[in-house]
Amino acid sequence: MKRLSRYRRHKAAGPLLLIFALLGIGTTFSVASATVKESQNVFSRSASIEEGKQIFLKGCSSCHGLNAEGGSVAPSLIGTGAASVDFQVGTGRMPMADMSTQAMRKAPVYNEEEVAALAVYVASLAPGPAIPEESALNYERDGNSAQGGELFRNNCAMCHNFAGQGGALSQGKYAPTLMGVEPKHIYEAMVTGPQSMPVFSDKTITPAEKLSVIKWIKAAEAEPNLGGATMGRIGPVTEGLVAWILGLGLLIGIAVWLTMRAR
Amino acid sequence: MSNELVPTDNSAAPQHAPRATDINPASEKRAEQQIAILFGLSGVGSLLLIYSYIYVAGDVFIFIPIMGNQNAQQLGIGIGMAMSLFFIGIAAIHWAKTLMPDKEVVNHRHEFRSSDEDREELIKVVKEGVAGVQLGRRKLIKRSLGAAVGLFALPPVLLLRDLGPLPGKQLEMTNWKAGTRLLTDPGNRPILASDLEVGSVVQVLPAVEDLEHRPLSDIAKDPVLLIRLRPQDFQLTPERLAMTHEGIIAFSKICSHMGCAVALYEQTTKHLLCPCHQSTFDVTRAAKVIFGPAARPLPQLDITVDAEGYLVARAPFNEAVGPSFWERNSQ
Amino acid sequence: MTTTEKAVGNVANFVDERLGAARWVKKSLNKVFPDHWSFMFGEVCMYSFVILLLSGTFLTFWFDPSQRDVVYEGVYEPLKGLTMSAAYASTLDISFEVRGGLLMRQIHHWSANIFMAAIVAHLLRVFFTGAFRKPREFNWILGILLLTLGLVEGLLGYSLPDDLLSGTGMRITSAIIQAVPVVGTYITFFLFGGGFPGVGFIPRIFTLHILIIPGIFLAVITIHVMLVWYQKHTQFPGVGRTENNVVGHPILPVYMAKAGGFFFVVFGITAFLAAVASINPIWLYGPYTPGQISAGSQPDWYMGWLDGLVRMAPPLETHAFGHTISWNILIPTLIVPGIIFTGMAFYPFIESWITGDKREHHLLDRPRNVPNRTALGVMSITFVMISLINGGNDIIATNFDLSINQIMWFSRIGIFILPPLAFIITKRLCLSLQRADRELLLHGAESGRLLRLPHGEFVEVHTPISPEKAFLLQSHEQLTPLEIEDVDARGVRRPGALKNKIQRRLSKAHAVSVPKVTEQELKEIESH
Repeated sequence: MKRLSRYRRHKAAGPLLLIFALLGIGTTFSVASATVKESQNVFSRSASIEEGKQIFLKGCSSCHGLNAEGGSVAPSLIGTGAASVDFQVGTGRMPMADMSTQAMRKAPVYNEEEVAALAVYVASLAPGPAIPEESALNYERDGNSAQGGELFRNNCAMCHNFAGQGGALSQGKYAPTLMGVEPKHIYEAMVTGPQSMPVFSDKTITPAEKLSVIKWIKAAEAEPNLGGATMGRIGPVTEGLVAWILGLGLLIGIAVWLTMRAR
Repeated sequence: MSNELVPTDNSAAPQHAPRATDINPASEKRAEQQIAILFGLSGVGSLLLIYSYIYVAGDVFIFIPIMGNQNAQQLGIGIGMAMSLFFIGIAAIHWAKTLMPDKEVVNHRHEFRSSDEDREELIKVVKEGVAGVQLGRRKLIKRSLGAAVGLFALPPVLLLRDLGPLPGKQLEMTNWKAGTRLLTDPGNRPILASDLEVGSVVQVLPAVEDLEHRPLSDIAKDPVLLIRLRPQDFQLTPERLAMTHEGIIAFSKICSHMGCAVALYEQTTKHLLCPCHQSTFDVTRAAKVIFGPAARPLPQLDITVDAEGYLVARAPFNEAVGPSFWERNSQ
Repeated sequence: MTTTEKAVGNVANFVDERLGAARWVKKSLNKVFPDHWSFMFGEVCMYSFVILLLSGTFLTFWFDPSQRDVVYEGVYEPLKGLTMSAAYASTLDISFEVRGGLLMRQIHHWSANIFMAAIVAHLLRVFFTGAFRKPREFNWILGILLLTLGLVEGLLGYSLPDDLLSGTGMRITSAIIQAVPVVGTYITFFLFGGGFPGVGFIPRIFTLHILIIPGIFLAVITIHVMLVWYQKHTQFPGVGRTENNVVGHPILPVYMAKAGGFFFVVFGITAFLAAVASINPIWLYGPYTPGQISAGSQPDWYMGWLDGLVRMAPPLETHAFGHTISWNILIPTLIVPGIIFTGMAFYPFIESWITGDKREHHLLDRPRNVPNRTALGVMSITFVMISLINGGNDIIATNFDLSINQIMWFSRIGIFILPPLAFIITKRLCLSLQRADRELLLHGAESGRLLRLPHGEFVEVHTPISPEKAFLLQSHEQLTPLEIEDVDARGVRRPGALKNKIQRRLSKAHAVSVPKVTEQELKEIESH
């Protein structure tokens, strides 16, 4: 039984890989054309691959290996794709400042061109998810926030909380807040599944649905405080604290004044 | 009980010093003015409420430091209401404290126990009453009364019977049958094995006849989480491994502890975490509980592909999904 | 006589001739209420209840308690076109389409939170000051009943809007009921009208929430307050205050003005909170479906400690003879709370059994003077606090960079170690405070003024304390252990009787205290 299933897996894996590879190469090209806005010829592409490689060797190879094959502290980057690089480096998560449980979002170390070069370099190693083009990210036009909200509650809210404020995972890991994250990075995170996050492949959540999710997140971010100060939008814990400290606190203050004798 | 008022015996203590308002006409006047101002503020609050209700549109937002963008109507009505109530209260209390007499008085307490005569009289009355019923002598009445009261208690309980159906086997049944397709939720699209990349996860529901109107009680049992791993990551028994398909493994999304949706899949550790009570399940070891209060692994769904290559269930769940119950056979 | 007086007199005469109310009203208006800020907690509870009734009635005018599916077509854009229950849709409409509706919803919810907080504060005040002692045991039990009712009422109200968070709460509630051996499954099916979430629970809990439980509430609160009225309020010790009197302000006019004013203050502060702070933003949670969940799903704070207990429970289930018993659910949700609430209800009788004290008490204890009781109280608070912290462990973990697993282990171990530790520390603290009182009485207060004596030694000058303070410090009773002879009911000597042994030991522990200053000691000090 076990052998059989393995055999079948091997058989399916070949053509599958081929499809992925073809797709990957195609998308890598389109990515390169989207990110590098100058004249598109093979020469400039390989030039930015070379530039990316230099940045990689200086800044990343100590952990990820000279050929991005990975090391004891860091995973292999072969096949992770340009989207992954753009997300990890573009949000400042990589390079990691310290080897704590999880890479944090911080001010990016590299500028946009350097990130693009790195992405092109990593994408040249093996095919992987590409950086979405700007035209494919028009969530205002292509998204539907009600549908996005439903998708969000089904697939995202369990980690990132009902309003995208983030939440706890096991062993000190956490799902970060989604507030103030660029749409491109949200999209890339869904496609690549960075760190603890799983991958949401385009077949199960279509690109249009991903845009709906982004539209909902952006709507939640921009939503004014309809009922007063939001206290973090993290549910009843802060509400209870406010009821005790502010509510009962004020009432005790007045009760003390009430029962005090006037001078 | 008498309630005569007696001035406090303060012989041991110094008399309360008189208040400023008791001796100084100026401060008495001032207190009076303060109270009037407080009542006035309450009136201002009421006017603010009325103004906000009538003249402020519902979609106007104003920026307030610390609090952010606030709905002007909600804030106006709320603050107006708070002011109109709060200042009436404060004014009344201030009035009581500064201008009303502040002499304390004393009430006397009395023991609550009734006097012995009263008690004896009560006992006599009760005994007479009980004797008049003659329950001791009239055995027939006593027995039929007992039977009648016993029966009388039944109908009200019986009348509640139609509150709901009997459970039967419902808790053990889901809509998963052999050959049921796995559909994305939301979207209701069938899934090819190749649609899932390694590390990806998707929530699915069974293909049923009426896709648009799934009863919530079905959604409380049917959701399944599909996860794709590298096959070498599995540490499963051969039977459990046979229930997977090319590295895709399917678990009930309904927690075996209290029925929340267990959906926090951590791709790196391959753990599933329930956000309600933090039970943690190890996907590589057939959702074995590795932390938290859950006592049973999540039920695994046997999956395969149909002729068209879409993922389907090979068999229904072989145990009840969701929280435990008395009739559940967990062996 | 003015015309107003005349008119009032006529009305009063009309009523009195028919009801004979004058005597009773006169008696009632002469009632006296002692002043202390901590006596106001009970009033906060009562006023919050009135606010809940008023705001709740407002909400019922628009709320549609039904699980019927509707498609939302209201003004809130991110939910437009979704299918949801009529209950959720109408709650959205109250929030966005009824002017002041959101404010009322928030007043209702804040008021519920303050109501429960005030009940707990009131309970703690009554407990720590010993106000539950004879003759007030009935009222204590009624209070525990009100607390329990409040928990249930709060849970039901929280579930009515049928949003994602409240549905999750109901899911957990159904799992608890389902875990009850033998009948659990049947009760769940009857309650929910089928398998969870069924079709009937919103209308059913609506009836419970707005009619039956408030009705019971109203009845019990009335008895609770009538008993306070009838038995008269307790008072703190002080000059002129004895077990046989009550010193304070009369109902008319001072108490009436203050208490009446305080109602408006409570309402005003609740409205203020509702105006400036968002609570239960259901439009963000989304409609309930059992397949969805949000990170940080919490109940309201008064249920949070139960949720915390559930989280830390061991993964225990018994499978035998084709049946399953979920100890991981039964222990934290039914057994432990059952023990706690029963223990609380019986505490007045337990303490009186331990101390052998069957007298009436109207003067309150200062908590330090009854170290054992105070320590027991702090121990219980510690227990609930640890549970509560664990109930919010995910929120704490994300905000303080901790791990939920660490907090869980801290709670699992702490729940056994910290409450006893709190007991010991509190008892010591009480005894130290007693010692400090004794010092104060014997040597006066430290003035902070230093004197240098001729031979070079520095001493601090102590100033005598006021007579009132001195009176207060020696007004309590010296606790004495019970002397129990080993005889049974028929007078036969039974030396080893277990009951006596327990009673003797508990009584001894209860009576640990610093000896009171005797007159002789005072005289000796004075003669120096």
